[in-house]
Amino acid sequence: MKEFIEGAVAIARSVANCKPAVVSAYPITPQTHIVEELASLVANGKLKAEFVNVESEHSAASCVLGASATGVRVYSSTSSQGLLLMAEVLFNAAGMRLPVVMCCVNRAVSAPINIWNDQQDIVTLRDAGLILLFAETIQEACDLHVQAFKIAEDPNIMLPCIVNIDGYILSHGYEPVEIPPQDLVDKFLPPYNPPYKLDVNNPLTLGPLVGPEWYLETRYAIQETLNNDVKKKIVEVAEEFTKLFGRKSYGLFEEYKTEDAETVFVTMGSIAGLVKEVVDELRQQNQKVGLVRIISYRPFPNEIVKILLKTKRVIVLEKCISLGSKGPLFEDVVSSLYIEASNNGNKLPVVNNYICGLGGRDVYKEELIEVYKDKETIKFIGLKKENLGSFI
Amino acid sequence: MFAKIILIPATGLNNKTGSWRVKKRPKFLHQNCTGCRQCYLSCPEGCISGSKKEYNVDLDYCKGCGICANICPVNDIIMEQE
Repeated sequence: MKEFIEGAVAIARSVANCKPAVVSAYPITPQTHIVEELASLVANGKLKAEFVNVESEHSAASCVLGASATGVRVYSSTSSQGLLLMAEVLFNAAGMRLPVVMCCVNRAVSAPINIWNDQQDIVTLRDAGLILLFAETIQEACDLHVQAFKIAEDPNIMLPCIVNIDGYILSHGYEPVEIPPQDLVDKFLPPYNPPYKLDVNNPLTLGPLVGPEWYLETRYAIQETLNNDVKKKIVEVAEEFTKLFGRKSYGLFEEYKTEDAETVFVTMGSIAGLVKEVVDELRQQNQKVGLVRIISYRPFPNEIVKILLKTKRVIVLEKCISLGSKGPLFEDVVSSLYIEASNNGNKLPVVNNYICGLGGRDVYKEELIEVYKDKETIKFIGLKKENLGSFI
Repeated sequence: MFAKIILIPATGLNNKTGSWRVKKRPKFLHQNCTGCRQCYLSCPEGCISGSKKEYNVDLDYCKGCGICANICPVNDIIMEQE
């Protein structure tokens, strides 16, 4: 049964149905509504969990890391500066192999202070060994949360998993949503059964000090887990979800009208909705265009190169930039393309990088249609020259 | 895939830190002991064990700090040369 509710509330209620035992968070725009709703559910007795109020996101992440280490299901949520404050703890959670599940409501990073949507916050942590999933719609955000617990808690995986939603667009937007119902979630998601945990009766050390003779293998192990076990699991879990909940879940990426496409957009998050409209409009004009929407950003689905190598042009559209270099998504796409092509002698398509929407700047359909006609290698969409010049 | 870094504790059998003790060691006289357990509670290394009115020190780990001798209210512990 669908309800017309706010994204943050839908996510909180979906998470509540997953029965986390400990929720700890610190408020930050625009994620706060998620944890407010969870706090409300705990206070009303609808969610039997320990809600721990802390003084910062560093503490919130530490709290859920510690709780996860004792063998219980945990949840937190944050954005932007909060995520960056959690950064060292998230690296720790990955290194300690703990299944911390979180939502990152993507927001621009200061300075200057900006509370609106872009994806810079989470891509900054793409190296940490986290599983990073991106939702296009509120419904998908709810569905990915339920899947996130199942993926993270697999005893062969045991890695943090963050579901990303575009700030304001998906957090404060309203959509008709079906909250994954309790009975189906119970069937889909068994109680967390930790392969190891802190227990005074069976003491062990998680996250010890190790020397150079031990550290390298821990990174290799996470890399192998992400590239093999996690990719398989994401696909498997999406298929199980589709069957049980009766609603399509795509796994690592979604293809939209790519079959005979000569130009393909590659993007992630809610902007894909706009790109699909652009693809439809261009198709009306007999243009062979399609879209590959990345859902799992880490592990990066280099399987998409098989689709991209059939095209003449790839347009990577992203709401982030690695300043001093290129867009992070562009770098991932190009390096994967190059490896595949240089191994198999394929002809490479032209790949363009369009940076858009930073700090929540609106992206217009007309601008994306211009991009289709454009030929720039790297460009900022909607750049206002009048805002540039001297510093005042 | 995991790296083998989850550690199960051992008893420190190979590392008897009592070897660090240089000057004095406690001697329990077992004469006036009242069983107050202040020695047991105060030892920073948890080396003192026993029950009722008889307590002894584990010299494998005792550092010779002298807190037990200092705190005993009936002077039933003395520090003697190592």
